[in-house]
Amino acid sequence: MIDRPALIPLLLVPLLALVALPLVGSPSTWITLTAAGLAMGMIIFIIASGLTLIFGLMDVLNFGHGVFIALGAFVAVSVLGALPAWVTADDLGLNLSALALAMIAAMLAAGAVGFVFERVIVRRVYGQHLKQILITMGGMVVGEELIKVIWGAQQIALPLPAALRGALIVGDAAIEKYRVLAMVVGLVVFGVMMLVLNRTKLGLLIRAGVQDREMVESLGYRIRQLFVGVFVVGSALAGLGGVMWGLYQQNVIPQMGAQVNVLIFIVIIIGGLGSTGGCFLGALLVGLLANYTGFLVPKVALFSNILLMGAILLWRPRGLFPVTSR
Amino acid sequence: MIARLLSGDLPRSRLLTALLLLIVLGLACAPFIFPGAKALNVAAKILIFIVLVASYDLLLGYTGIVSFAHTMFFGIGAYGVAIASTRMGPGWLALGVGIVAALLLSLVLSLLIGLFSLRVRAIFYAMITLAVAAAFQTLASQLSELTGGEDGLSFKLPEILTPAFRFSESTLFGVTPDGRLLTYYLLFASTVVLFLMLLRIVNSPFGRVLQAIRENDFRAEAIGYRIVVFRTLSNVLAALFATLAGALLAIWLRYNGADTSLSFEIMIDILLIVVIGGMGTLYGAVCGATLFILAQSYLQDLMGMAARATGSVPLLSALLSPDRWLLWLGILFILSVYFFPSGIVGRLREGRGAVSSSH
Repeated sequence: MIDRPALIPLLLVPLLALVALPLVGSPSTWITLTAAGLAMGMIIFIIASGLTLIFGLMDVLNFGHGVFIALGAFVAVSVLGALPAWVTADDLGLNLSALALAMIAAMLAAGAVGFVFERVIVRRVYGQHLKQILITMGGMVVGEELIKVIWGAQQIALPLPAALRGALIVGDAAIEKYRVLAMVVGLVVFGVMMLVLNRTKLGLLIRAGVQDREMVESLGYRIRQLFVGVFVVGSALAGLGGVMWGLYQQNVIPQMGAQVNVLIFIVIIIGGLGSTGGCFLGALLVGLLANYTGFLVPKVALFSNILLMGAILLWRPRGLFPVTSR
Repeated sequence: MIARLLSGDLPRSRLLTALLLLIVLGLACAPFIFPGAKALNVAAKILIFIVLVASYDLLLGYTGIVSFAHTMFFGIGAYGVAIASTRMGPGWLALGVGIVAALLLSLVLSLLIGLFSLRVRAIFYAMITLAVAAAFQTLASQLSELTGGEDGLSFKLPEILTPAFRFSESTLFGVTPDGRLLTYYLLFASTVVLFLMLLRIVNSPFGRVLQAIRENDFRAEAIGYRIVVFRTLSNVLAALFATLAGALLAIWLRYNGADTSLSFEIMIDILLIVVIGGMGTLYGAVCGATLFILAQSYLQDLMGMAARATGSVPLLSALLSPDRWLLWLGILFILSVYFFPSGIVGRLREGRGAVSSSH
């Protein structure tokens, strides 16, 4: 399945890590930074995966995607706030169950709102890019205000559950426990997505729809229903990502949707609009680079995303894995 | 004569003409009819936003390009004046140098962004500009040496433009003729000139090509117009006008910071105003900016009263809270995009019947 031109981008992640090794110097610091970077990349992948899925199949760039991320994070605040005993107990099992509950609630809420969003806002503007950008931006403004109505406009702290605080010591390197969890969740999401997309009939239809929508329709499949389904799943993934991102930042504000929008756009541009694998690679690159530059040249770290995007676009103007029909 | 001034693009609706006359007269006489510092600030903000929004309309409404970097150019203009006045000391030379330097920077940046990313699809351009604008905002707050960082820059203007300057001892219709009044009329004159220039641009043959590209870029290219060139030019022009609007803002406030001119909230405001006022009709910028700024400054008081009146109904009072006014504007925005894409102006023109709107 992997042809030659697709192989080079795959080598970028290990290449970046190798280049960073002599620059960082100490191997233990390098392990810490690499683990932190990969974990950050995984979280970014989770929040961006829904967006690229929706764009790939439906050709809708949802500028309101950030709202679902914020919604997920706020739902997590409420769920974890309702279970203080489970969260503060220094017991990994209880902590993880509380987190799992929060994730499920966030995904359900974001998925449900995504369904309404598709029906009310997006459905009328399929195929009209200008209106799509405007209308989803409007949805973003309204969504952010509604979050302020429900949860208030101020920043809310979202502390990690007790057993996930602190770091594991491997050799000389310290790896934060939460980052291990983030990596596990990210890999699971990526694995499930790849499995569904590549090994099931549903995935076949989605991939076919990305390539040639009319052909799939003419074969008798109702691509509209598939659209709605993908939109809901994409929004739910954003909700899950919101929980992860909120815990990573350890606080949530209603404006976080607009803030992460920039980041996830950069990631899906790097990956090639609509490509899931590209999104994964792009997210890992962004995460790693942010951590390496944060250690080596902190001032540059703030711009590492955009520099990376510029470099990738100069090399491949349509991203790492361009989707053919786009 | 008037038709010539307006480049032949008349309001084409009696109601719209009346509304525009009301706005122009109101702004022209604002210091005399509406006393008080707040009213004058509101009027000045309306003037600045008319230029800013009209320049964005050149891009969005006339060329069909969505850019999220418009506040970047607005900010460059404001920072140009602020930095030059801080570094060189107050004076006309500093103002001139600041504005020219800002215009040059905007020219280069908009040319680069345009040539680099306008070849591809609208969506791509929107995303790239979003990222670039975010990076620029970070840059502005990081270069605190130059830009004053988060605190921003307060600076002095030539003496004649300061409130302390009095050019007559007697009062003029109950208003002290001070430098503030002069600054206001400087803003007013600049806005009129810049707006008429924009009107000239969109009604020129060049402007017609832009509209052709908006309607069908493939066909425009087939007829023989290089759409990349035209899109880039439109992008550059819009950026330059936004830069001048930014310079006006800095001159009025005698202060500039990242939140004042670069924030994403301003970008959202511009977008809301253009769409609600009417895309592709420069008069929409005038009506939209006036209504929006008035609403922002006074409607919130009204909403506060409504929220107190409904205080006993928990959710309703939260929805009506003055801080949530953007919620209602957002809903109005979505409805505008769906049901009347040519906005207030298009609505008023349709009301007259015969004239078809541009969409």
